[in-house]
Amino acid sequence: MNWLMAAFQTLLFAALAPLLAGWLKWCKCRLQNRKAPSLLQPYRDLFKLTNKQPVVAEQASWLFLIAPYIIFSATVLAATVVPLIAVDLPTSASADVIVMVGFFAFARFFLALAGLDIGTAFGGMGSSREMTISSLAEPAMLMAVFTLTMAASTTNLSIAISHVLNEGLVLRPSFVFALFALILVAIAETGRVPVDNPATHLELTMIHEAMILEYSGRHLALIEWASQLKLMLYGVLIANIFFPWGIAETFGAQALGFGLLAIMGKLALLAIFLAISETLVAKMRLFRVQEYLSFAYLLGLLGMLSHIILEASR
Amino acid sequence: MNIIQQDFYTQAILSLAALVGLTSFLMLGQGRLLRLIFVFAAQGLLLTLTTAVAAYSLNNHHLYISAVLTLTLKVIFIPWMLRREVIQMNTHRDIEALHNQTAVMLGGATLMVFSYYVLHPIVQTTSAVMLNALAVSLSVVLLGMLLMISHRQAVAHVVGFMSIENGLFFAAIVATNGMPMVVELGVAFDVLVAAVLFGIFFFHIRTSIDSLDVDLLNRLHEVDK
Repeated sequence: MNWLMAAFQTLLFAALAPLLAGWLKWCKCRLQNRKAPSLLQPYRDLFKLTNKQPVVAEQASWLFLIAPYIIFSATVLAATVVPLIAVDLPTSASADVIVMVGFFAFARFFLALAGLDIGTAFGGMGSSREMTISSLAEPAMLMAVFTLTMAASTTNLSIAISHVLNEGLVLRPSFVFALFALILVAIAETGRVPVDNPATHLELTMIHEAMILEYSGRHLALIEWASQLKLMLYGVLIANIFFPWGIAETFGAQALGFGLLAIMGKLALLAIFLAISETLVAKMRLFRVQEYLSFAYLLGLLGMLSHIILEASR
Repeated sequence: MNIIQQDFYTQAILSLAALVGLTSFLMLGQGRLLRLIFVFAAQGLLLTLTTAVAAYSLNNHHLYISAVLTLTLKVIFIPWMLRREVIQMNTHRDIEALHNQTAVMLGGATLMVFSYYVLHPIVQTTSAVMLNALAVSLSVVLLGMLLMISHRQAVAHVVGFMSIENGLFFAAIVATNGMPMVVELGVAFDVLVAAVLFGIFFFHIRTSIDSLDVDLLNRLHEVDK
């Protein structure tokens, strides 16, 4: 039953990720006074791409062909670890939050390799930028998550979230810092506006798009789907770690339905905030990104320090 | 001291103390004047929240008046005045190159540790919560002084001075559970008068050296002409 639940939850992750992307796009369009595409447009795009014949460059090696499958499956595996609508998951007992960060790193490694594989200038440029940013974002992300794991004294996400849930409303200074740090890291890692613009193909600024420029057809569909999944994963992490109220603790139909509604509401709200910030903030120069990410790291570190100084028992 | 055993008031005070400390660090590393003033206003807002939380949980009604005073003076009036000054001087597009920013930030961290070290003995007479709140406010005072030392613009000096006052105010609210009304009114008007005086000083500095960069004050007028 538990394993069935975990599989169902992962399916739900994969199914809802394009909807979140569509909702985000809808919010952004409305904020910019444009007519918005339908919420289901990302599904249609994915479907259309899957049916198209992929075109592969002559120089491409086997690595280029298998990379989309590896990236997508690693992201789905990362999704199995994160509790979406119910906390008590067998999958998150076998893999903790560090494994999840590892899955992300694995997917990113293959994405960077695929970018380099074709040998175009853009692919290599995108790969080098992505690795630069991720090498700075990863420690900040771990710092933010460690604050949670220190408070709950476990790295298992399920147990940590139910710990936060059962503790009731406790104002923790460390969680405030960790929340800000995780939001900053999430924006950098999912390639949203101040760091990378997902909607541009302007050669000087793109990072993620530069790496996947050579992909087409079902390969492109898988990579797009994986990046939508990643966006949703970060959203769920932020929503469920810091505002876990509503998530199901038992596997009753009512609790699960309520959990689904709660997480969809929380994600919709987060997407609205993201859309507003993307509309207000201009993209940073690439060399400012390290300042931005070191600020995120600083916040994560302050979170940990304030956990030790202000909250821990002495 | 475990945070789960504390009441809601203590948790809120600790969170606000942490955020006030963070805003002090943000001000220290800020090169743009308008953003510096914005962070200063945010610190004022946190102080307002602290006062309001104290007023609510201690059931101390005159603290609400103090909160409103803080809101109008430190969040709205003084930042507005400084902002207008900066825009009039046309310095809002300059980025002040901070000498040795890393050293200054490290110095700030050292000051924070130092204030914990200095205040550690009071844990024997009072609670650990008070130690944290007082240590944060002492470090806000020290960081304000460091801000005044490390920045060159006169506006930044004023912001540093005001943030010293913010640190003292935070300590006063947390430690005394609300000062007498007369004291609070006196402090508020002191700040107001200080702000007006600084405005006049700005005017004089600007008319005499045509800039608000205080490093220029070191030069002798006759020699460098």
